[in-house]
Amino acid sequence: MLALEGKPGNFTAKVKVRPRYIDPDKCTACGLCTQYCPRHLVDGYNEGLALTRPIHIDYPQAVPASYYIDPEACLYLTENTCKICVPVCRSRAIDFTQVEKIEELQVGAVVVAPGFGRVPDSTLAKYGYGQHPDVVTSLEFERLLNPSGPYQGQVLTMSDRRHPKRLAFIQCVGSRDLGCDNGYCSSVCCMYAIKEAMVAKEHDPELDITIYYMDMRTQGKDFDAAQKRAESQFGIKFVRAKVADVMPWGKKGLKLTYSTLDGGHHFEPFDMVVLSVGLDSPKDAQAIAQTLDIELNKYDFCDTSAFAPLNTSREGIFVAGAFQGPKDIPESVTQSSAAAGIASALLKQQRGAGYVIKSYPEERDIKDEEVRIGVFTCHCGINIGGVVNVPSVDQYAGGMENVVYHSESLYSCSQDAQEVIKQKIKEHKLNRVVIAACSPRTHEPLFQETLKDAGLNRSLFEMVNIRDQCSWVHAQEPEAATRKAMDLIRMGVAKARGIKPLTEQTVPVTAKAVVIGGGVAGMTAALTLAEQGFHTTIVEKEAALGGNLLAIKKTILGVDTEKTLKAMIEQVKKAKLITVCTQAELLDVSGFVGNFSSVIRLANGQENTIDHGVIILATGGKEHTPKTVLGKELPDSEAIITQRELETRLNAKGKKLPDSVVMVQCAGSRGDDLNYCSKVCCNHAVKNALTLKEKNPQAQVIVLYRDLRTYGYAEEKYREAREQGVIFIPYNLDAKPELDQKGKAKAVAVRFFDPILGEEVTVNPDLVVLSVGIVPQGSEVLSKLLKVPITADKFFLEAHVKLRPVEMPVDGVYVCGLAHSPKPLDETVVQAQAAAAKAAMPLVKGMVKVDPIVSHVDKEACIGCGLCVSLCPYKAIQMLTSEDKKKRAETIVASCKACGICASHCPTFAISMGGFTNEQIFSQIEAFGKSIEDKL
Amino acid sequence: MSQASEFNPRILGFLCNWCCYAAADAAGVSRYQYPPNLRTIRVMCTGRLDPVFVMKGLIEGADGIFTGG
Repeated sequence: MLALEGKPGNFTAKVKVRPRYIDPDKCTACGLCTQYCPRHLVDGYNEGLALTRPIHIDYPQAVPASYYIDPEACLYLTENTCKICVPVCRSRAIDFTQVEKIEELQVGAVVVAPGFGRVPDSTLAKYGYGQHPDVVTSLEFERLLNPSGPYQGQVLTMSDRRHPKRLAFIQCVGSRDLGCDNGYCSSVCCMYAIKEAMVAKEHDPELDITIYYMDMRTQGKDFDAAQKRAESQFGIKFVRAKVADVMPWGKKGLKLTYSTLDGGHHFEPFDMVVLSVGLDSPKDAQAIAQTLDIELNKYDFCDTSAFAPLNTSREGIFVAGAFQGPKDIPESVTQSSAAAGIASALLKQQRGAGYVIKSYPEERDIKDEEVRIGVFTCHCGINIGGVVNVPSVDQYAGGMENVVYHSESLYSCSQDAQEVIKQKIKEHKLNRVVIAACSPRTHEPLFQETLKDAGLNRSLFEMVNIRDQCSWVHAQEPEAATRKAMDLIRMGVAKARGIKPLTEQTVPVTAKAVVIGGGVAGMTAALTLAEQGFHTTIVEKEAALGGNLLAIKKTILGVDTEKTLKAMIEQVKKAKLITVCTQAELLDVSGFVGNFSSVIRLANGQENTIDHGVIILATGGKEHTPKTVLGKELPDSEAIITQRELETRLNAKGKKLPDSVVMVQCAGSRGDDLNYCSKVCCNHAVKNALTLKEKNPQAQVIVLYRDLRTYGYAEEKYREAREQGVIFIPYNLDAKPELDQKGKAKAVAVRFFDPILGEEVTVNPDLVVLSVGIVPQGSEVLSKLLKVPITADKFFLEAHVKLRPVEMPVDGVYVCGLAHSPKPLDETVVQAQAAAAKAAMPLVKGMVKVDPIVSHVDKEACIGCGLCVSLCPYKAIQMLTSEDKKKRAETIVASCKACGICASHCPTFAISMGGFTNEQIFSQIEAFGKSIEDKL
Repeated sequence: MSQASEFNPRILGFLCNWCCYAAADAAGVSRYQYPPNLRTIRVMCTGRLDPVFVMKGLIEGADGIFTGG
């Protein structure tokens, strides 16, 4: 991006496009060019630990799946010689005439997602990085662990390629470190260190691994469980310490010196040391900010606010991912969905403009036709043909029953090959097409499109994978690969004989939403949907909107939440596209994505039925009331309160503030009562401690904690609190603090072990403040009503932690806020925006398209046992009472995911899967059996 | 070429479209080499796998059944 001019909805972006020297439309990613390219190049993708060639692809899954040429290294582009790749490339994709292009794009909005940068080498040098080859960064170690990495996933030392026996991780390298001006916590390093350590142990169970850390910040959903697993199951050691340095030791080893809390100095020998490097701002952050005219914060990350975490300082420009602040993959994915949603709301007038709807010839009715199969076997250049004997495979295919046409093609996916296929379908009246080539996962849609163009139903197609799963993996055994290709084609043809045309169904969508919960998450989701132009009904069980935030005045970073919340509530009330039902409850939900029907009980007891297309779960959470704290029952004392109660007292006018406070963290969370970290309590404690210190500087504040989890920018406040004299003392589960009632009913004595003094201390504070944690609300009832899963901790369980973080497995149901897991305000807002963005997708489309591979119930054979209904994970089968008053199952096609669990369990074989019928699979198995005679 | 005396099993695999089949594709992309004894049937989920399919595979002469999901 060179420049951005204009205003929201009408920007002109000037963009420089560097040449790839390869036409991505022609490149088939076969990799032949890399094999022939004579020059070596250090492989940047593998962190410089491996070699590649100037013509290469970074990794097999890269998008676009096209190679490119590094102009700095290519012999032709630097020395004007070579060009060997040009004749080598069979698809003639190499194009040295490409030049740098300057393009002007007319856009309505911009999303900035440049990711994160590197911690400077000078910071790493403190731990011997650059001086000793066996001190590596976590990014380098990640590549070492990877099967496509420099040593094919073997963990080897860099110095002499031996298997290390002892491995150390050093946390907080370049994070929580004012030495390199990174006063923030990078939030992700504890978790990735645990992951890398566990993967390394899976590779080599003998490996002895120690992680040196200051605080284990595994605050995310189910992250604590992962740490526990690392410790108990994998035997990974965790040592709370500050590492002083890493020095050479003997001939090969390393000596790691560290100090522990009690002031002791120790050292340990290791074979390899991994530095858990933090996430720095992108190297070109300043330049990006200047080009786009957006503000950065003091660490050069994008500056945003808690209520609008993705809005940059310039209207119409949004940010997503680590550039907004260090974060992990699930949060980055959530942010990207949210940013896309906000941007698309800005462009909603243009929605659908410029669409061209493709037309197809009328579908041929093949009902009365005999089975006529055409088999096309692909050479894929030399990718298949170089190993598998394609001509003999083609001949073999020609000899099979019902095969009336067969041929070879060089690239069956090429445009001209599609024309040939269409022509042959017509010429030979083919009514089943089998393509033996690459993977249906990548190419099935392309060929199905060709079938439709030729007037055939797209289901009349079967793909046989003789490249990815044959020629590529048996490159040294051409004869065996050829036999395997024949077997697979025979099985494919057997399946194809039984294919029936299947109709694609579309189901119309009611373009309205229901949001359960009227806290910040629910209101944000409703407002975001309103901006997209969709009507939303908010169902709130309390008498007022606002939820948990009503009890809070500001965030730890000082954002005034009271005012903004008030404005938000007003905005929701005024919004024409939002209906608010308070003191209301969801009684029943029926239907499926696009066509839900919900019964809602209103404040006056009246029951209303609402039709809607999607549902967002924003039911929130509440302060936990622990049964036991620190393994004991709580003493009955007015001097014991919660953080939230303290916040109310601190904000009340004219109240006398306490002179001494002991805060107890994890008083409920992390194993005492709740099995998880509540993520926000450490921030809450630090915020309250600072407020108290500000209002009553004489007050003594002691915070007893296990791991202080002020991740991200909150780390600054933790430092500030320490500077203000707040005393932070860690405890562990072997020596929990004890609360005792003292004489008078009101007073409480707190006894704890001080690791610095090395002895037990008793204090008698005015107040003991408990960080009690957060529990979800109402999730169990809704889980049964909507048939959506919840975790063991009763939070809603998303469809996929990383890939679908705000969607539920049941289509058309989304989740955000505390109902998903405990989280602070900014993360709640983003998640709500993301849920709204995802929920808007079916509403925008106006219909739900159903892949015809869904399940189908044979009404005659169904005995109405209901087993399928209870087993279906997607709520996609219902029991209906038919005219003869007998119960029968029926598939809700719009919800079906084609998994086939119903079909495999039906006791009367009444359920069949489109394209994967019992008959088809049986024929495949029988065809497999026939190959026995061929002898391998 | 294998010798006649050597056990050369024929294995029938049922691969889930979303995970194991995708992984088998990725193995190809990375050019991992493995013995050519496996013949696969793609299903949309191993939930589709009726025990009858396993029996049928064994009856048809498979020496082993592989499921990946």
